[in-house]
Amino acid sequence: MKNFTYYRPTTLEAAVALLDSRWGTSELLAGGTDLLDLQKEYVAQPDKVVSLNFVNDPIFTRIDVPQILPGTKAQVSIGAGVKLAEIAEHAELKKLFPALTDAAATIGGPQIRNMGTLGGNLCQRNRCWYFRDEFVQCLLKGGRKCYATDGENRYHAIFTRGHPCVIVNPSTLAPALIALGASAETVGPTGKRTLELSKFFQAPSKPDQREHVLVPNEIVVRVLIPVEGLRNASYEVRHKHSWDWPLVQAAVAFRLSGGKATDVRIILGHVAPTPHIATEAQKLVEGQTITPELAAKAGEAATAGAAPLSQNGYKVQLVKVAVKRALLLASGAQPDWLL
Amino acid sequence: MPESPHPPHKPGISRREFLSGTGLTAAATALIGPGETLGQADKAKAIATPGFGPKPVACELTVNGTRITVQIEPRVTLLDCLRHYMDVTGPKRVCDRGTCGACTVLLNGKPIYACTMLALEAQGKNIETPESLYQDGQLHRVPAAFAQYDAQQCGFCTPGFVMAMKGCFDRNPKATPAEVERCLAGNICRCGTYQQMRHALRSLCQKGG
Ligand SMILES: Cc1cc2nc3c(=O)[nH]c(=O)nc-3n(C[C@H](O)[C@H](O)[C@H](O)COP(=O)(O)OP(=O)(O)OC[C@H]3O[C@@H](n4cnc5c(N)ncnc54)[C@H](O)[C@@H]3O)c2cc1C
Ligand code: SF4
Ligand code: FES
Ligand code: FES
Repeated sequence: MKNFTYYRPTTLEAAVALLDSRWGTSELLAGGTDLLDLQKEYVAQPDKVVSLNFVNDPIFTRIDVPQILPGTKAQVSIGAGVKLAEIAEHAELKKLFPALTDAAATIGGPQIRNMGTLGGNLCQRNRCWYFRDEFVQCLLKGGRKCYATDGENRYHAIFTRGHPCVIVNPSTLAPALIALGASAETVGPTGKRTLELSKFFQAPSKPDQREHVLVPNEIVVRVLIPVEGLRNASYEVRHKHSWDWPLVQAAVAFRLSGGKATDVRIILGHVAPTPHIATEAQKLVEGQTITPELAAKAGEAATAGAAPLSQNGYKVQLVKVAVKRALLLASGAQPDWLL
Repeated sequence: MPESPHPPHKPGISRREFLSGTGLTAAATALIGPGETLGQADKAKAIATPGFGPKPVACELTVNGTRITVQIEPRVTLLDCLRHYMDVTGPKRVCDRGTCGACTVLLNGKPIYACTMLALEAQGKNIETPESLYQDGQLHRVPAAFAQYDAQQCGFCTPGFVMAMKGCFDRNPKATPAEVERCLAGNICRCGTYQQMRHALRSLCQKGG
């Protein structure tokens, strides 16, 4: 790891002021579960590391579930500094947003969840092995080409059209939060702003781009989730149960009224450079009763536009299964495929 | 044949120390880019935030109830600080990447990977290492059960498993075997002693932790 100067500001504003306005020379440190890895591989070589772990601001460090009165608009606030374990185990969040808490509960392992934070999860770098290899200069690191497109690409994107870099967005919380209509509040050099999470991510292809649209000296303060009484669920297909990212994830949310699903959101994770909105599948389910047959059709529709690489055609089938199962889970079915 | 992704030789990675001088460095340099609108107050605050390093700085850790102070560079992980600077060698270094659990310690009672945290970040917290499980000639019941049921082969993963299991029983003395197993999901044993560990944890569950 390259050595650095370490800072521990106590306010977010002081942290913003410590960060440089270009990528690479300064980094925020939250749980460190991603940053330390990147530093050990010399993929990140900041001269300044700015810790967020001494920031003394309840908005950043706490979960706030307001009293929810019928007919009023309420939103849940989760500080970006909140640990993944706290999200996974929060009783009220589990009731309101199982898509989020189930996704949080499967990340990494108990130690990772005790360390990793919500903000770090949303801002973590991608897992492409060429990217994470110190000696590889691929497109995203300023090199000439993407080595995954004709190399080892079994964990890469299947929605690849128009993307010179075929990473998948690594956050498992992102699809769930987008399905729930969440937004991120940030603080940066020009003050605070609020961004819908559906507009928070981008497909990077150059060294001065990250997997998200924030500027280098901008910090996620908290995530706000509207309480809208939506049915919601997240279903992941994984190789292993620990230390792994899902191969494919589907997060769904919809309103159930009179047996029909409306306001349908179906978001896929780990299949595209950003969380992928399955528009065709959403249209198909809108206004319908969710049956096993309809859920299977939605799974088919969710693969529209997929253009897999040489080694990851299997993910197309996994999308079908994940969407079908997420829809059935959210509709309240008692599935026999659950362990 | 796809083109080799490896360049013939690695460009000189810079390890130069940007900010030289003493351990304490004021963050007044390179703070604000052109065209930015940071208020005077924010600038003042940033300048007031002291930096530590890159030269060695004092780091005081509370390890098993004892305060120990060493001089370390900011890049030293909690694991390396414990092992190399404090001679606390119970936590093991296996993957050094947060993917095996051998370095597990309890931080304010919660299991974490010591290899994936900076030592400077652990200041002011209670750190429990495997060393805490042998006191006054008495072995703690968790490692005692490991010994009784022969739940180790090479033993390299064992300190991590023991700490993860202790953390689990500390939190819930009535944990069921299935719950304890879930607490162990962040630890791996390459020798495959899982069956013996199951016997050990079942006996502990029967005794109520
Ligand atoms: C073995 C393993 C398995 C994993 N499995 C999964 C998985 O299945 N699904 C999944 O989603 N994740 C997974 N992860 C990733 C894990 O969730 C992230 O590493 C973690 O959430 C990052 O949080 P952190 O607080 O440790 O971030 P850090 O490592 O401290 O930071 C990560 C990045 O985010 C930036 N950052 C941190 N906080 C903020 C903020 N508030 N505002 C702006 N930028 C910020 C940092 O500058 C840094 O670039 C896994 C990680 C490991 C090691
Ligand atoms: S997918 Fe992106 S990060 Fe991976 S090799 Fe291609 S350009 Fe690099
Ligand atoms: S050495 Fe820390 S998890 Fe493997
Ligand atoms: S006993 Fe050898 S790794 Fe577990």
